[in-house]
Amino acid sequence: MTTAHTLAAQGLSLGYDDRDIVTGLDFAVPQGKLTVIIGANASGKSTLLRGLSRLLAPRAGTVLLNGKSIHALSTRQVATIMGVLPQSPTAPEGILVADLVARGRYPHQGWFRRPSHDDDLAVAAALAATDMADFADQPVDALSGGQRQRVWIAMALAQGTDLLLLDEPTTFLDIHHQVEVLDLLTDLVRSAGRTVVVVLHDLNLACRYADHIVAMKEGRLVAEGAPSAVVTEALVAEVFNLAARVVPDPVSGTPLIVPIGRHHAGDTAAQP
Amino acid sequence: MAVTALIDAGAIRQLRHHRSRHRLRVGLTLGAVLLVAFALAMVLGDYPVPLPDLLGALLSPLTGVAHPGIDFIVLNVRLPRAVLAVLSGAAFGLSGSIFQTLLRNPLASPDIIGISQGASAAAVFCIIVLGWSGTPLALGALAGALLTALTVYALAWRDGVSPYRVVLIGIAIAAILSACIAYLFTRARLTQVQEALTWLVGSLNAAGTTQIGPLALALVVLVPAALLLSRALFVLQLGDDTARALGARVELTRLGLMLTGVALAAFATAAVGPVAFVAFVAGPIARQLLGAGRPVLLPAMLVGAITMLGADLLAQHALPATQLPVGVVTGLFGALFLIWLLISANRAGNL
Repeated sequence: MTTAHTLAAQGLSLGYDDRDIVTGLDFAVPQGKLTVIIGANASGKSTLLRGLSRLLAPRAGTVLLNGKSIHALSTRQVATIMGVLPQSPTAPEGILVADLVARGRYPHQGWFRRPSHDDDLAVAAALAATDMADFADQPVDALSGGQRQRVWIAMALAQGTDLLLLDEPTTFLDIHHQVEVLDLLTDLVRSAGRTVVVVLHDLNLACRYADHIVAMKEGRLVAEGAPSAVVTEALVAEVFNLAARVVPDPVSGTPLIVPIGRHHAGDTAAQP
Repeated sequence: MAVTALIDAGAIRQLRHHRSRHRLRVGLTLGAVLLVAFALAMVLGDYPVPLPDLLGALLSPLTGVAHPGIDFIVLNVRLPRAVLAVLSGAAFGLSGSIFQTLLRNPLASPDIIGISQGASAAAVFCIIVLGWSGTPLALGALAGALLTALTVYALAWRDGVSPYRVVLIGIAIAAILSACIAYLFTRARLTQVQEALTWLVGSLNAAGTTQIGPLALALVVLVPAALLLSRALFVLQLGDDTARALGARVELTRLGLMLTGVALAAFATAAVGPVAFVAFVAGPIARQLLGAGRPVLLPAMLVGAITMLGADLLAQHALPATQLPVGVVTGLFGALFLIWLLISANRAGNL
């Protein structure tokens, strides 16, 4: 699979009711890379992701998929190119894991088309990739929060799209599964050539796994680029209003953010 | 984790086939139960008709062989009644199941979210204020149901329709309409109140072509419409954002399904009155039988038809000297079911 699809925002403004969340944002998603969006709570990261994935109609500006306005394309057509995992999907009561993952095949099926070998293969591959194959015949209700999250990721994978957008896919996961999910997303980018955009809360994992990092504050793009180039103490202070030391990650060499609070900080304690 | 597990499409296919065979088995069993109930409805009564005579009577318009007494009872009394029970039960069951799946809430059936009350208030108005009966009364009830549904939808609209708002606003509208009915009763003469109450309980006593014809025509249009739209229900179940992400046209499909569900409930109510709880119980029972987190429209239709027909059999034959309106039996049965649903949902903590 090669990434031939481009996704970009031009002068994009997004909001709910009478509140503007994202204003006049320009951004081109780098092809074939893992892009991570970071920012404080309510900085507009999730809203931007919803806007990019046509789940939220723009107030102004456009989102361009392959150079065309995403809202002018048929939503089904978009769904064969771009997969999206929203923040809080609902699992119907009693649904089995394989059944839920198979719903990711919806855009590939038609009124009268029965599920095919391709569909079974995509479901099986997605379950294997998320390490959930052993649970295929289990009800989703019976799984732990982390397993459930992996089922949802499997559903997005089964959709088989070149572009994949995920809103905080590591929430509810313990550190072990967080790392596994990010490894999996990296595999998708490196071996399958897909383009992945993900919203993350954990700054250090974001710095380690991102090919391209995007920092947001108050609905605007503050900085973007390779983590080692853009993540500095000044940026952390600006974006998160947090005093921190940034040191090289002993494992990966990427920036490691060490927060400085008012306590336990020796001589460097932040002033109240 | 991508490397270790084997990719086994065969296991997925097997699981899929196993489940579709299970669905087929449940469907066939429900069909058989419906057939038995239908045969009982033909045979039982003050004048028992043995099975061989029943077949003869059913075929008599074709064969010309006639036993006037038996033929009259089977063709003019029992057959229309049973057919009306099956059609109205199926319509209620399908309607309820559409709403419950669409609004992701087992309480969201047309008799809970105000649609039945809309038909009832309109019908009571027609009886008491306008003095209507028969077809005009049915049309009035139909209009009442549709108008109520539109009102609920419009009030629930806010950049799209949230299921939760539809349920709450529907319950509020149902309460208002019940108050209207109570007010109309205070203004009415005793005979009118009696007539209105009979309509409100719902019954199959008036079964004839004027009830069956319009309902049958409506079903011919609405059932295929519901089944065509139901494909999107599979992803609408996952939440609006996920459904959109998977390429479903959420608002359009939801509007189409709601209109279909409202029309089904409205036509059934116009034909037999707001028979309580059939729409409410059919979906959950079908889901229990199928044990799956998928839409159960067709099984719910069958369960609705069985419920209506079975309840009518009980209503007619359970008490030796008394015949009850079918709505009394479904009301009792449905209330017990509601209590069970609330208790079991409370245990699972998901209502």
